[in-house]
Amino acid sequence: MSQRVLIIGATSAIAEAVARRYAAEGATLFLAARNTGRAAAIADDLRVRGARAVQVGAYDATVTDNADALVATAWEALGGIDVALIAHGTLPDQAACAASAVLTRQALVVNLLSVIDVLIPLANRMESAGHGTLAVIGSVAGDRGRQSNTVYGTAKGGLAIFLQGLAHRLAPAGVRVLIVKPGFVDTPMTAAFPKSALWASPATVARDLHRAIARGQRVLYTPWFWRWIMLIIRLIPTALFHRTRL
Amino acid sequence: MGSQPRYQSWGRFPAAAPVGVQPLRFRDQPLPRMPGSVLPVGNGRSYGDSCLNNGGYLLATRGLDRFLAFDPQTGLLRCEAGVLLSAVLSLTVGGGWFLPVTPGTRFITVGGAIANDVHGKNHHVAGTFGHQVTRLELLRSTGERVCCSPAEHPDLFAATIGGLGLTGLITWAEFRLQRIANAYVQVERTRFSHLDGFFDLALGADRAHEYTVAWIDCLATGKQLGRGIYMAGNHAAPTCEGSPKAPGRPVSIPFDPPLSLVARPTLRVFNELFFRKQVRSVQSGLEHYAPFFYPLDGIDQWNRIYGPAGFLQYQSVVPLAVSRDATREMLRCIAQSGQGSFLSVLKVFGDRAPAGLLSFPRPGVTLALDFPFKGRSTLRLCDTLDALVAHAGGAIYPAKDARMSPRMFAAGYPRLDQFRRSLDPAFSSSFWRRVTGAAA
Repeated sequence: MSQRVLIIGATSAIAEAVARRYAAEGATLFLAARNTGRAAAIADDLRVRGARAVQVGAYDATVTDNADALVATAWEALGGIDVALIAHGTLPDQAACAASAVLTRQALVVNLLSVIDVLIPLANRMESAGHGTLAVIGSVAGDRGRQSNTVYGTAKGGLAIFLQGLAHRLAPAGVRVLIVKPGFVDTPMTAAFPKSALWASPATVARDLHRAIARGQRVLYTPWFWRWIMLIIRLIPTALFHRTRL
Repeated sequence: MGSQPRYQSWGRFPAAAPVGVQPLRFRDQPLPRMPGSVLPVGNGRSYGDSCLNNGGYLLATRGLDRFLAFDPQTGLLRCEAGVLLSAVLSLTVGGGWFLPVTPGTRFITVGGAIANDVHGKNHHVAGTFGHQVTRLELLRSTGERVCCSPAEHPDLFAATIGGLGLTGLITWAEFRLQRIANAYVQVERTRFSHLDGFFDLALGADRAHEYTVAWIDCLATGKQLGRGIYMAGNHAAPTCEGSPKAPGRPVSIPFDPPLSLVARPTLRVFNELFFRKQVRSVQSGLEHYAPFFYPLDGIDQWNRIYGPAGFLQYQSVVPLAVSRDATREMLRCIAQSGQGSFLSVLKVFGDRAPAGLLSFPRPGVTLALDFPFKGRSTLRLCDTLDALVAHAGGAIYPAKDARMSPRMFAAGYPRLDQFRRSLDPAFSSSFWRRVTGAAA
């Protein structure tokens, strides 16, 4: 049977690359994005690539209280959801956030609270259906608090704990929860950074992510070596860590 | 693993540094405003400096890689300009559709195929890539989006085909694919022992083949001058389904050798083996399309074999009437110079009128060569060849050029002044400034 896939933040480079993999398998997709014109361009592409059907809906992560409606619309449009990928987010300017509680709060709304907003109705529906996978884009930045990336790391770290709890709750219902922790990915969000050999393409991350969902994995570091890089970073003693500019 | 894409041309000569690179991801984005000139860049497979903008900005179009529509009944495909030809093939070959025209690599973008008006082994029956384009959208620096086709804005359409990215940004294009029965090609290889043998084959009854091209041993001299192998192919019939395997993963040249691996002794052995490996004078068989059309795509980054100095491609066309003498003279010069060419290719173009104002393919005979870049001696040889081409009333291919003079360019492209009227003032390239003396 054709898989029913909801993608939130569907115009992100990683999400689009994942969507192409599902399209090639003949999936039915619902794309939620702030810019529905761009999501529609992606929908056309996915149809040509083999998707059975693709629908587009508006979702703005900066606006509270539209998550329930989005999930209800998508659930109805797809006739149930097998896979939900939550991929929206921003990379906040750490220096600006350090100077402003307002900006910090906004960054946490977009990168943490709005994600939880959609996860709650999705989790409840999947729990009653007794089936489904929730895949959420986290980050290696959530593995240890660092001065260069505190707010983004807080959002992604908070998300990791929330998903851990959710996975615990949903395990008896047969619902899978996957947190994806990409390292450096060459996307428009990171366009301003100089690139090195550690950087991965969205296509590489998408390949890993798609496979991890199929295998029912719970945590995915992508590319694989980030698991070991983050292990080392977590193990660095605080006294030493505080002397670095990481 | 991803790393910073390099913005150099495939020949790796000349070196150039853009001030900035703006990656594009959505076709509805306005053209970014830059303090200098801009040039759209695709997959960087042009050999010379037509894909470089030294001191200016590049608009990286690989992110514009979406399909808009495909009609499996008619084979009409519409896609964004950054889609690779390899992606088109992956999408359509299984369903019985093939590129209507393809160059020797599938790792180029649709935008690049249009901007260089690329050709393939079927030029004599199908014309160029530009002949297959039914429509395209051009984003001009004024912010205007112009839909161009042979009927709408025909001047801008003709300037954009083969227009080297200088008329604006192509956001999407529509073109026709051709029907195939399967992924195979029926190939016939015929050995010929001198240049006249090539002309006999190419101008004889063999025009019945869809795809024709000849490999030439450019080290051969005297009576053997111009010896080589003539390759003719047709898409296989439905009953031919089966036998040959699709090629596996490409091998890669994983590092830069400190010196060019293409030198006279290795070349002599290679050429002799290539010529001799075919025992019978005519050999035929069924091949998968990939090794037939894209023999070098099986070797990732094959341009590295030429070492850090890079290499020069040289492709010329001369009118049919004088082609025997001109080609013989060019081959003699090359053999004398001692600068070997690894891939020397000879083909007769069809007589279809060019699709674009600056299109390279035109009725005549085309010779393509590549030389390891050895500095002045290589440049001198190319200048000598230029003189022969100019004398014959021919032209040089911009997509492969890094060194022709402004006079040579003007002589080969008589519709240059008409083209200038469609130039976008914000667009420029290293090539354009070199061959026209335009300001940066």
